[in-house]
Amino acid sequence: MTGDAGGPVPAGPMVKAEGVCKSFGQLDVLKGIDLEVAPREVMCVIGPSGSGKSTFLRCVNHLEKINAGRLWVDGELIGYREKGGKLHELRDREVSAQRRDIGMVFQRFNLFPHMTALENVIEAPIQVKGLRRDAARDLGAAQLERVGLGDRVHSYPNQLSGGQQQRVAIARALAMEPKLMLFDEPTSALDPELVGEVLDVMRGLAESGMTMLVVTHEMGFAREVGDTLVFMDDGVVVEAGAPRRMLADPQHERTKAFLSKVL
Amino acid sequence: MPPETASDTATRQAPPEQITAIPVRHPGRWIAAGLIAVLIAMFVHMLVTNPVFQWGFMVDNMFTPAVLRGARTTLIMTVLAMVLGVLLGIVLAVMRLSPNPVVSGAAWTFIWFFRAIPRIVLLFFCANLGALYATYDLGIPFDRQLMDFFGFSGDLRFLGLDGNQIFAGFTAGLIGLALSEAAYMAEIVRAGIQSVDPGQTEAASALGMSRSRTMRRIVLPQAMRVIIPPTGNETIAMLKDTSLLIAVPVTSELNFQLRAIGSRTFQIIPMAVASILWYLALSSLLMVGQHFLEKRFSRGFGTRETRAQRAERTARIVGSSH
Repeated sequence: MTGDAGGPVPAGPMVKAEGVCKSFGQLDVLKGIDLEVAPREVMCVIGPSGSGKSTFLRCVNHLEKINAGRLWVDGELIGYREKGGKLHELRDREVSAQRRDIGMVFQRFNLFPHMTALENVIEAPIQVKGLRRDAARDLGAAQLERVGLGDRVHSYPNQLSGGQQQRVAIARALAMEPKLMLFDEPTSALDPELVGEVLDVMRGLAESGMTMLVVTHEMGFAREVGDTLVFMDDGVVVEAGAPRRMLADPQHERTKAFLSKVL
Repeated sequence: MPPETASDTATRQAPPEQITAIPVRHPGRWIAAGLIAVLIAMFVHMLVTNPVFQWGFMVDNMFTPAVLRGARTTLIMTVLAMVLGVLLGIVLAVMRLSPNPVVSGAAWTFIWFFRAIPRIVLLFFCANLGALYATYDLGIPFDRQLMDFFGFSGDLRFLGLDGNQIFAGFTAGLIGLALSEAAYMAEIVRAGIQSVDPGQTEAASALGMSRSRTMRRIVLPQAMRVIIPPTGNETIAMLKDTSLLIAVPVTSELNFQLRAIGSRTFQIIPMAVASILWYLALSSLLMVGQHFLEKRFSRGFGTRETRAQRAERTARIVGSSH
């Protein structure tokens, strides 16, 4: 496995959020999120549905515009440029350039159904990075091999099981050689017997040193693979800490109430 | 059906007796089929015995050089009007979905206007615009080449119309049909674009793809699956609507040529039947093209898994669950 995150470890945090707020009309979904993800750290975010955890993840790569606060990835302010004490929105092209380094895996895979597994993986390297087709093919085949789908490169998404589709989606994100991977409930749409194969791939990725921010309901994964666990409720971070400690001995009432329902 | 295992077969004594039940009768269907058969026989009898049809005359006259040129004009007009209509329609659909109200409003107005005007009215109007252009000496590029290409050199049938007038007629007809078509295509393309899961755009954005690239590479190819069947209908409708070019007039098109023979010889019915047969044949030709386009853009949809692939997958699932 050629290391994605094998380069020099950056000094600052990979993700830094300061007072991040997001509202949809009257509805305040995020009410001031502060957190930091260190390079090579795996942070799992849990919480009841509607707590804002997925929304926060989507703010990190600017799929959602934040209303207040600041978000940095690898020291770079996301979505805006600060000039002369004023914030300027970034152009589409600049936002795209920032997203290039941030991989994202969706709950519902969002593979491109008109392309084979290989074409899904090599689309962005060719179209965005300008990689030559043959080089991209080698890269794509290697990434699919890495997620255990070396023999399914020419399958269309509808010919693959849910678990296989999600692994293709992971390979597609990895093919851009991101410095950060965002996972938005990657196993929630899967049949129970297919969850394991996706978690295995994610575990391997964590071991290779990838910085990962994972919104999940898989407490086992959070406990074993996560370096930090964050519990969100009602748009705020209620509690954060080492997963084993938090799962065994939650400090906050709301954390206790939530964990008693899901464990 | 679950696959049989060896133990199942071994324990089974003898296969159960095959069911040989008497099927339910459907007398109503038989009566209906009989009635239809009688009607068909009457129809064929009429075609064969009625002397007005003049089959020999029809066959002799439906493939004259002028008619063949008419068929070519009709096909070329159909293809050009559809190509222009689709391209302009895509632009209008994207404009219509723009967040900018002026841009989307302009597209809305265009669609509102050109869908409201009957094609024959629009064609008549465009014909007079064409005359205006000639008066103002606003040349249209490549006129000589187009003239040659469409074969508009002096045929005796076009007596009294000189080359420039015919050219203006064809262009006016093309503009009218293309603008009208664009308005319909814009709505078809918009429906296609909106049928694509927003998650597709998000996934492409998350990979750093620009909006225009996402539209070209991800959204439009998937929208095509929804766009092509109604576009096939539009193409066939366009083929038929080329007969409205009489309003311009464009006299070189198929229907005019066939009717001209009918009027001149007083053999109205044979030439009308010839028209029907010609449009049937040309429509069928277009349907073949549509079939292949639909096949091309349905990649990754529907159940196209081969037997080998399915066996491979089943083996893998069974293998991994043990």
